Amino acid sequence: MKASDGTTSSAWLTVVGAWLLSVSPTVLLSGQAVDRTKPPELPPPPALKLPAVQTATLPNGLQLAVVETHKVPVVDVQVVLDAGAAHDPADLPGLATFTTTMLQQGAGRRGALEIADEAAFLGAQLNTSASYDAATVSLHVPRRRLEPALDLLTDVVLRPTFADSEVARQRELRRAQIVQLADNPVAMAGIAFPAIVYGRAHPYGRPLNGTEASTAALSRDRVAEFYRAAYRPNAARLLVVGDVTLVEVRRLLAARLGAWEQGPVPAVPEATPPVPAARTVYLVDKPGAAQSVIRIGHVGVARTTPDYFALQVLNTILGGAFTSRLNQNLRETHGYTYGAFSQFSAGRMAGPFVASASVVTAKTDSSLLEFLKELRRIRDEPVPDAELAKAKAYITLGLPGDFETTAGAASKFRELLVYDLPLDYFDHYVARINAVTAADVQRVARQYIDPDHFDIVVVGDKSQIEAGIKALNEGPIVYRDLWGQEVK
Amino acid sequence: MSAALLGVFPVYPSIRLSAQSLRVPYHSFTLPNGLQVLLHEDHSVPLVTVNIWYHVGSADEKPGRTGFAHLFEHIMFMGSQHVPTGEFDKLLEAAGGDNNGSTTEDRTNYYEDAPSNALPLMLWLDSDRMGFLLPEITADKVDLQRGVVQNERRQSYENRPYGLAEENILQRLYPADHPYHWPVIGSMADLSAATLEDVRGFFRTYYTPNNASLAIAGDITPRAARELVERYFGEVPRGPAVARPAPPPVRLGADVYASLEDRVQVPRVYDVWHTMKAFAAGDATLDVLANVLAGGRSSRLYRRLVYELQIATDVVGFQDSGRLDGKFELWATARPGHDLNELERVIDEEVRKLAQAGPTPREVERAQNTFEAQFLSRLERVGGFGGKADQLNFYNYFVGTPDYFQKDLDRYRKVTAADVQDAVRRYLVDAHRVVLSVVPQGKPELAVKQ
Repeated sequence: MKASDGTTSSAWLTVVGAWLLSVSPTVLLSGQAVDRTKPPELPPPPALKLPAVQTATLPNGLQLAVVETHKVPVVDVQVVLDAGAAHDPADLPGLATFTTTMLQQGAGRRGALEIADEAAFLGAQLNTSASYDAATVSLHVPRRRLEPALDLLTDVVLRPTFADSEVARQRELRRAQIVQLADNPVAMAGIAFPAIVYGRAHPYGRPLNGTEASTAALSRDRVAEFYRAAYRPNAARLLVVGDVTLVEVRRLLAARLGAWEQGPVPAVPEATPPVPAARTVYLVDKPGAAQSVIRIGHVGVARTTPDYFALQVLNTILGGAFTSRLNQNLRETHGYTYGAFSQFSAGRMAGPFVASASVVTAKTDSSLLEFLKELRRIRDEPVPDAELAKAKAYITLGLPGDFETTAGAASKFRELLVYDLPLDYFDHYVARINAVTAADVQRVARQYIDPDHFDIVVVGDKSQIEAGIKALNEGPIVYRDLWGQEVK
Repeated sequence: MSAALLGVFPVYPSIRLSAQSLRVPYHSFTLPNGLQVLLHEDHSVPLVTVNIWYHVGSADEKPGRTGFAHLFEHIMFMGSQHVPTGEFDKLLEAAGGDNNGSTTEDRTNYYEDAPSNALPLMLWLDSDRMGFLLPEITADKVDLQRGVVQNERRQSYENRPYGLAEENILQRLYPADHPYHWPVIGSMADLSAATLEDVRGFFRTYYTPNNASLAIAGDITPRAARELVERYFGEVPRGPAVARPAPPPVRLGADVYASLEDRVQVPRVYDVWHTMKAFAAGDATLDVLANVLAGGRSSRLYRRLVYELQIATDVVGFQDSGRLDGKFELWATARPGHDLNELERVIDEEVRKLAQAGPTPREVERAQNTFEAQFLSRLERVGGFGGKADQLNFYNYFVGTPDYFQKDLDRYRKVTAADVQDAVRRYLVDAHRVVLSVVPQGKPELAVKQ
C-alpha cells in the first residue's frame, strides 16, 4: 500500500516484461521510477488551433459564416435574428419567445405535429428560442439528411402560419407552465432577481416568458406583427458548422433563403438601467423550502466592454470555476452548499453581475456573510500571482474544448454574430486573456463589483431565515414575490 | 437507459466515417494488478481525457448506509497521500483541465479533461487516489463532504418540485433487500451515519485496480500513454476479488397505488413497470417504445395529452435499464383544473392501442433515425460524461466489448413494429405497475383512484 518512489519489486518487473513480450512486443517497459512526491513536470501545452471561419453573402444581403469541421458527419445550422426579448413591447413581455415557439406550430404546408414528426424522422434537432438579445432557429442534423432538414428550417423561418387555434393552444400551455413557476425556488429566483435589479422599465427586468397577464394577452395579431417587423434577412445572420463546404452550403442556402425579402426592421433596443439603490435584502418567501436560493448582484457590463477580458479573469478567480473563491469557501470550507458561483452576463446592453448558490436553510445568514466577505476581499486585496496564473491557464487552455463539437463551436461563433464581434475574435482571445494583470483584476473588481449597492435576493422559508438575516445588519429587508413585486 | 454510446474513425481520424460503419479503434491491455486499460487516439483537438470506471455503485451499499457510494465519490476529490486536500482540482485547473465524477446504482466514474501535455499530471493524480487515498482522509474531511452531499440532496431532490418521486417509486418497485430499493443519493439519516471506518472499508474493497477500467482518449500516442499508465498505476497493489452477488429477479404481484404530498400546485402521475437489464433482449425495443409513446412532440401521448385534449403540460417516458434490472417509466403533469384520473385513462388507452395494433412503420423508423443521429453526435467529443472514453468504459462494463458502437446501433435498427407491439403487451399491459401520484400538500384526494 505504501509503495512509492519507484520501490517496484523485481518480481513485478519480470511478470510485466514477460506479459508485454507475449502481448505487445513493440512496447517496452519504462524502467523509470515514479516520483510521487511532486507533480510531474509538464511539457508546454499544445498550440491552440481553431477552425477557420469563411464568409459569403447571399443575393438578398443575408450574411453567411461557415466553419468546416469534417470529423463526424453532422451539421449545425443557426439563423440568428435580431428578434430577441429586448424588443418585447413593455405591455407584452414574452412576445419574442412566444413568437419563436409559434414558428414551429405550423409552417408552409405542415401543421405543428407534422413539423415535429418530420424533424424527428430526419434525426434532426430543430430548435427555436429567444434570449433578450437574439432569436435563434437552429438545426443539428446528420449530414446525409441536411437538405430535407434545411427545407423544414426554411419553412419555419419564412412561412410560419400562426393559426389562431395554435396560438390559443400554446398560450394556454404557457399559462399552465407559468402557474408551475411558483413551485420551483430556483425558477423563482431566476425571475425575481433581474426584475429587482432592472425593474419593469428595462427589458432585462422583464420575464423572458412573460407574466400571467401578458400571456393572457398574446394573440395571433401581436405575434404576426412582431414576426413581420423583425424576421428579415437584414436583421439576420446565418452560421453553419460541420461536415460541409462553403460552396455547397452557399448553394443550399441561397436556393432556400435567397428570396427572403429585406424590410425595415426595428431599431436596436436601448434602455438605461435604474440608479442603483443602497444594499437591500429582498426576501421571497417559500415556506418549507429545504434550501435558500441566493442571488447577489447588480447591473454589470455589456458584451462589448473593453474590460471583458479582465472581467473573465476576475470572475474565474471569484466564481467561474470549481476552485474559485466562492465555491472553495461556501462548499469546500463550510459545506453550506453543493456549489457557489458568479457570472457577468454580458449582453448587448449591460447585463447583470450575479453571485449565486442554493444553501441549507439553517446557514442562510452564515452563507450571506461568506458571500459578502469574498465579494469585498476581491476588491480590497490584490490577487496573488499563482491564483492569477491558474485562472488564466484555465481560461486559455480550456478554450479548444469549447470548439470540439459542432454544437459547441456553433455556440461560440454565434456569440460573435449576436454581439457583432469580428469573426477572428478567438484568434486574439488567448493573448488578451494573458495580458491581464493583477492590477487589472483589482481595478475591474472595484469598478464592477459594488457591495454598497448589491441587490440580495433570497428565496427561502422566511420564518426560518429572517431573524438571522436581520442580525447580519447588512441592509434593510423588504418582501417581494417571485415577479419581484412588493408584497404588502 | 441506453445512456452512453460511442464510435470513432476507422484507423485514422482523417478518414470520414459513414453511418454504416461506426467503430472506435482502441488498444487494450491489462496491468498485472488487474487494471484494464483502453486507449483511443483522436488528434482532432489537442485534448486528452482520462476516464476511470470503478465497478461499484449504490447497489453495493450495506443496509443503513444508503448514499455511501456517492459520498465516497466526493471523498475521492479530497486529496491523497501525495496530493494535499484541494490540490487535485487546483493542479488540474492550473494545467487548463476540468474534472468530475458521477455515481449510479451500478458504477462510479471519474474523468479529467485537459490539454494533451497534462497527461502525466492526470495519471499522477488518479493513480495516487487509487493507490494512496486513505492517509489523507480524516473524519473532518468526511464530515465536510457529508455536508456537501446533503446539500446536493436538498438542491437536486428535496427543494425541486416532484424531486422525491423517484425514491418513492423505487421503494415500491423493489423489495427492501433488493439493491435498487433505494436511490443513489441515499437518505439523510444514512448519510449522517457514515463513518471514517466505512470509508476505509469501502476503499479497500472496491477501489482496487482489479475492480476498475481506465480509458484514455484524445491527442495521445498509444505507446507513450501505455508507458505512463504502467509507470503510475503499475505499483498500485491488487485488491481482494470483488463479489457482487446478483439478486433474484423481482416482479410485482399486483398493481401498487401510492401517493406523495409535495410542495406543488398541480399533480403528476408516474406509471412504472419492471422490464429487463441493460442490453438484455427487448431493452432497445423499449427505448423505441418510449420514443413512440412520449419522445417529443410527435409522440402519441404528447399528441393526446398535451396537444389535443390539453389536460397535461408535459409527458415523459423512458426505459431505464441497469446491471441488475430495468424499469419503464412514464409520467405526465396535469394542467391546473385537470384530474390525474383523466390523464391516466388516456395513458391506458394509448398503451392498449399500441398493444392491439402496434406502431406504424414510420413511427419505428422515426425512432430509429432519431437514435442513429444521437449515435453520430456522441462521436464528436472525447471527454466528459458521455464522451468517447466514457463510452468505451460503458460498453466494456456492460457488454465486455469496448467498441460495441455499431452493434448497439444495430440493436435499434433491428427493432420491428411487431417487436414493439409484443413488448407493450408483455411488459406493460400484462404486467403490474407502480402508480405514484404526486399531489399538492393537503390534497390526497387528487391521487389516481384504483
